Amino acid sequence: MSENLLQVSGAPHVHNGESTKRIMWTVVIALLPAFMVSIFYFGLPAIILTAISVGSCVLFEYLIQKFVLKTKPTISDGSAVVTGILLAFNVPSNLSWWLVILGAFVAIGIAKMAFGGLGNNLFNPALVARVFLLISFPVQMTTWPEAKPIWNFGFADVVTGPTPLGILKEGVKNGGTVSQLMGSESMPDYLQMLVGQMGGSFGEVSAIAILIGAIFLLCRKVITWHIPVSFLLTAFVFAGILWLVDPTQYATPWFHLLSGGMMLGACFMATDMVTSPMSARGMLIFGFGCGVLTIIIRLFGAYPEGVSFSILIMNALVPLINKAFKPTPYSKQ
Amino acid sequence: MKTFKIGGVHPEAQKLSNEVSVETFPLPKQATVFVTQSLGAPAVPVVAKGDKVKVGQLLAKAEAFICANVHSPFSGTVNKIEPVADFTGYKKSAIVIDVEGDEWDESIDTTEDIVSEIKLNREEIIERMKACGIVGLGGACFPTHVKYMLPPGKSADFILVNAAECEPYITTDYRMMLEQTEACLIGVEALLIASGAKQALIGIENNKPEAIKKLKEAVKTHPKIEIVPLKTKYPQGAEKQLIQALTGRTVPNGKLPIDVGCIVNNIATTHAVYEAVQKNKPLIETYTTITGKKLEKRKNYKIRLGTPLKDVLDTVGIPENTGKIISGGPMMGKAIANTNTFFVKGMSSILFLDASESKRVPESGCIRCGKCIQACPMGLEPYLFRMLAVQHRLEDLEAHGIMNCIECGCCQSGCPAHIPLLDTVKTGKSQTGTMIKSRQAKKS
Repeated sequence: MSENLLQVSGAPHVHNGESTKRIMWTVVIALLPAFMVSIFYFGLPAIILTAISVGSCVLFEYLIQKFVLKTKPTISDGSAVVTGILLAFNVPSNLSWWLVILGAFVAIGIAKMAFGGLGNNLFNPALVARVFLLISFPVQMTTWPEAKPIWNFGFADVVTGPTPLGILKEGVKNGGTVSQLMGSESMPDYLQMLVGQMGGSFGEVSAIAILIGAIFLLCRKVITWHIPVSFLLTAFVFAGILWLVDPTQYATPWFHLLSGGMMLGACFMATDMVTSPMSARGMLIFGFGCGVLTIIIRLFGAYPEGVSFSILIMNALVPLINKAFKPTPYSKQ
Repeated sequence: MKTFKIGGVHPEAQKLSNEVSVETFPLPKQATVFVTQSLGAPAVPVVAKGDKVKVGQLLAKAEAFICANVHSPFSGTVNKIEPVADFTGYKKSAIVIDVEGDEWDESIDTTEDIVSEIKLNREEIIERMKACGIVGLGGACFPTHVKYMLPPGKSADFILVNAAECEPYITTDYRMMLEQTEACLIGVEALLIASGAKQALIGIENNKPEAIKKLKEAVKTHPKIEIVPLKTKYPQGAEKQLIQALTGRTVPNGKLPIDVGCIVNNIATTHAVYEAVQKNKPLIETYTTITGKKLEKRKNYKIRLGTPLKDVLDTVGIPENTGKIISGGPMMGKAIANTNTFFVKGMSSILFLDASESKRVPESGCIRCGKCIQACPMGLEPYLFRMLAVQHRLEDLEAHGIMNCIECGCCQSGCPAHIPLLDTVKTGKSQTGTMIKSRQAKKS
């Protein structure tokens, strides 16, 4: 009988099969459309940088777990892969390979493992690394290769150009009006911005590809609608009000939605489970804060883009949000 | 379609024995009847070794307020009264009977005839439920008559009948609705009289269209009873969730259903009430689903209480590679530690889980995904409870409402990190409860 002993444990005795690993790999799949578009517009460098970034993130995680923390490495959970892809997506496609490796070290070593690893980090690791690189290597991080379809690739030297947000920031500073700048030659039209034919970090350019990934995540219940919707809606409304007040100084709200890292930030960065609030109301507040801060930084700050900063600032507020915005208990329904 | 407002999960239904009609399980040679078959205090034996007993004769009398009478499911001789291990392995006082036949007490109507006309008045019905040892068959085994002894100043607007059967695998309520439709409804009528309520609502999840159809047809002759289809979602059958789903009312923290004018009973209980009120038949049987993915002979059995579990296991044959046997459903049921035990009231299912499903996946770190919060039907924060419970911060647990946890298991069943949330929440809840009690004792 002893070989037939029954298991005894507390209820529940069934599980829906969800796992950390499945969540992380689902995110990886959701990032594929954006990756395809980046290959289409930026070619081989996009593949190489992503490979370097993912490889070094996974390697740093493995080395730190094995030799520093002396715990069993958990790289198969896929979280380092996600960080690697997101970090790569947040840099220009012509960035030096060693800067990417440095970024990976900052993301995994400082932003993630130093806080205790997956689940314990306060800040989104990929964003910490991006902001570190942006501040430490501003020139390399803001030299953007032009996006051109893959069949034009290789016939000429890589041409660099500004991002739509950069054009606007610089132009308005020098006395231009938004409508003049929107008509300028280097400014993409809305359709180009939607599909991703514009300068920028190579994974963030295509709004449509990112949205496809986000819808996939929503369907697989990896993320909920709260953060992306409140983030994008707040940014849209806030930017819209300013645009109505002074259309010569401020761009249209849809321009703000389609430019820079807005889509990638709202759908993939701000929704990072570890660094976002737990309750639905908390998530709405978090998204609202991200949206407001992004537009403030874009329009009134020194940098043309504010998505990374705003998410990191809101990350820091998450413990407070979790305390202040509890789920509504049954008794208050 | 109606359902409760927040949280809830959708475990695989696995109603594998849906189409299996109820069969009566044969009488055993010897039976062991526990004197504790309800929530509350043990009943006190009123028979002694060597006594001859008939089916339906009182074996142990309820003396405490929350306690239920226990009757003999068999005719025969009392062999001994001694502590016997229940399915969890704990020893409890039990009456061992040598079964010698099937001779029923004369006061019981053993015919199959449906008795429609209810002759008893309110007090008599409550008294009858008490005398017959009726307990809630939804799982908690709370003595039914106690629910109908309304506190002064309280009155019931609704009798709510839980026919949701939201636990996966279990199908006895479903079979009951199809096979004993009229008896159940007469039971509900009796409960309406016992409570003084004007209306009864029977909540059935919409994954049981046959039962909804059959009952809707049958209630045409019962104007006070309404059938309410509910959107399938676990834990619909939990008292507070069912009240919200059916009436839109919300039971305040620390209050009872009667405080919002509701009394909730399970559909199986209404059948037991019918038998008690109309047939004078005590609760001596349990309807039990015997099921499992790998089980060939799935059954819905009517089993006399005290029948050895082993007899049933031998009859159906334990599937190969069974890793766990559960009494009740997979969400809230208890793992059986001792198969050498006996059927008791409210044992609604014996479920065989394959070895591959039985062992827990090792837990990893919390990734703060918030899925436990989304799943919680009480709007609580299971992840936080776990953190606080591990650190033994009982005041904080109380402040965050751990005592409102209904232990449904939604949080744990969907945790991507496979954290045994409910284990720690239960421990924390029980410690917090002890702390609150000792604080109240100090005050008074």
